[in-house]
Amino acid sequence: MSDLDDLYTELITEHSRSTEHRKHLENPTSIEHGHNPSCGDDITLEVKIENGIIAEASFNGVGCAISQASTDMMIDLMEGKSVEEARRLIDLFIRMIKSELNDDDDIEELDEAATLENISNLPARVKCAVLAWRTLDRAIIGSAANDENRSPTMGQASRL
Amino acid sequence: MKNDFPILSNGKIAYLDNSATTQKPRAVIDAVQKYYETQNANPLRGAYRWSVEATQKIEDARKKIAKFINAKSASEIIFTKNATESLNLVAYSFGRENLNLGDEILISIAEHHSNLVPWQILAKSTGAILKYIRLDSHGNFLEPDINSKTKIVAVTQISNVLGIKNDLSKIIERAHEFGAVVVVDGAQSVPHLKTDVQKLDCDFLAFSGHKMLAPMGIGVLYGRKKFLESMPPFLAGGEMIEYVEEQSTTFADLPHKFEAGTQNVGGAIGISTAIDYLETIGFEKIESIEQDLLDYAIPKLRDLKFIDLYGCDVENKIGIIAFNVKDVHPHDVATILDKNGVAIRAGDHCAQPLHRFLNLNSSCRASFYFYNTREDIDRLIDALKNVRKVMRLE
Ligand SMILES: Cc1ncc(COP(=O)(O)O)c(C=O)c1O
Ligand SMILES: [Zn+2]
Repeated sequence: MSDLDDLYTELITEHSRSTEHRKHLENPTSIEHGHNPSCGDDITLEVKIENGIIAEASFNGVGCAISQASTDMMIDLMEGKSVEEARRLIDLFIRMIKSELNDDDDIEELDEAATLENISNLPARVKCAVLAWRTLDRAIIGSAANDENRSPTMGQASRL
Repeated sequence: MKNDFPILSNGKIAYLDNSATTQKPRAVIDAVQKYYETQNANPLRGAYRWSVEATQKIEDARKKIAKFINAKSASEIIFTKNATESLNLVAYSFGRENLNLGDEILISIAEHHSNLVPWQILAKSTGAILKYIRLDSHGNFLEPDINSKTKIVAVTQISNVLGIKNDLSKIIERAHEFGAVVVVDGAQSVPHLKTDVQKLDCDFLAFSGHKMLAPMGIGVLYGRKKFLESMPPFLAGGEMIEYVEEQSTTFADLPHKFEAGTQNVGGAIGISTAIDYLETIGFEKIESIEQDLLDYAIPKLRDLKFIDLYGCDVENKIGIIAFNVKDVHPHDVATILDKNGVAIRAGDHCAQPLHRFLNLNSSCRASFYFYNTREDIDRLIDALKNVRKVMRLE
């Protein structure tokens, strides 16, 4: 059972049930939907990007504890970060989950999300952990596009 | 019985995902291995002994399947790679030829995506309308709207989520009154119940070998001869032809018209041996073992106050139990059960419209076959008792 305790840590179970970021934003610059068809994880991420900074983010959705905790921790980490910084951290997180870290990577940069590192031993759950991060990546792209035509549109629902 | 199944014989895993695929008995594994070790050749193509034998094996398997489901003739048995391909074959070959703008295709809301998406695509491409049979609060089919516009009725005999045995006799009778053809998805029923296509009176029946002890990669489409004869080929290529000219081709007779390219002889031998194995046990016994497991499992699950069950307050059911653990997502339940040596499925089980209809995001599913035991169920129950603790809900 100790395996399971490493996976479903207090931090992860708490974040999975946290309601802090479960809300709608007033004027999001992008709304992006992410879905894992096989297990039914389904999140809608809203972001407000101002002057190249992720000013605010929120999400709604359903899914397993891993996907929901990962989303919640990601938003904690990303608010206030520049778009470039966010994309670097997304890449770092995905490489951590896929066991593709380099020697000079420092997962401490991911803050609490670094505790999801154990997922790399569970291939069936990798999709759950990375869902929010891939969705944010698309939201950033979507936001830049919306900047040009001004109104937030729903990005293409995607399959990972 | 588990001793016949090498993968189960050490008793480490309580395998409860039989609706997804079944394990293979030693007899099937040996028969397939023997074929590759002693007879392997391309069927229908060679005049030498191995090829002749390979051809013979396929045709023997075809005859055995015809008898197994009581088809009138072996030429009504088409080999495919799985139930999905069988259903697509009907949708593309029969559907495109016979559907027109405004015609209706009727399926149920409980269909597996394999018996849903092909009809959706067909409807889009022909201008036909896709209609649904909904379910009552127990999960049984409601009265179907079959009328003179209905051209195809495609329904599952048993849902892979609810496990309820749908009584298709009235639907089939009514569909035939209006001249509609009936396609039955037998992926979950053929492995568990005695099947008789003449008694059932369906026009097509699709099923997969791997859900009934055979290897993956071999499936079956049964089709009533008069329909198969009038249908155009689905896939084209070698072996399905008679004469090929530069600009035109005449096609082979049934069943080869629908079997383009090199066929899966190993798979055909596998399904044939699987049928022998199933018939040695007998469906009466298979059904009674599964019924016993259900009668044992459902009250135990009901005793767990944190479990919600779906489709379990009916009598007419095979060993498929869909459920949820309160406040825990199925995916987490499955991971926790896996760590306890219990294999179940979690997710939408390729039935998203059904989950939406039931107001569920997803569910857990435990599904039995005759080699499961009460001990497997005890292990499921014990592991479930742990789930909420691991999630720090208690
Ligand atoms: C009811 C039903 N229909 C169709 C299928 C498709 O079977 P296959 O994936 O073998 O083609 C399945 C299998 O999951 C099923 O349960
Ligand atoms: Zn998940």
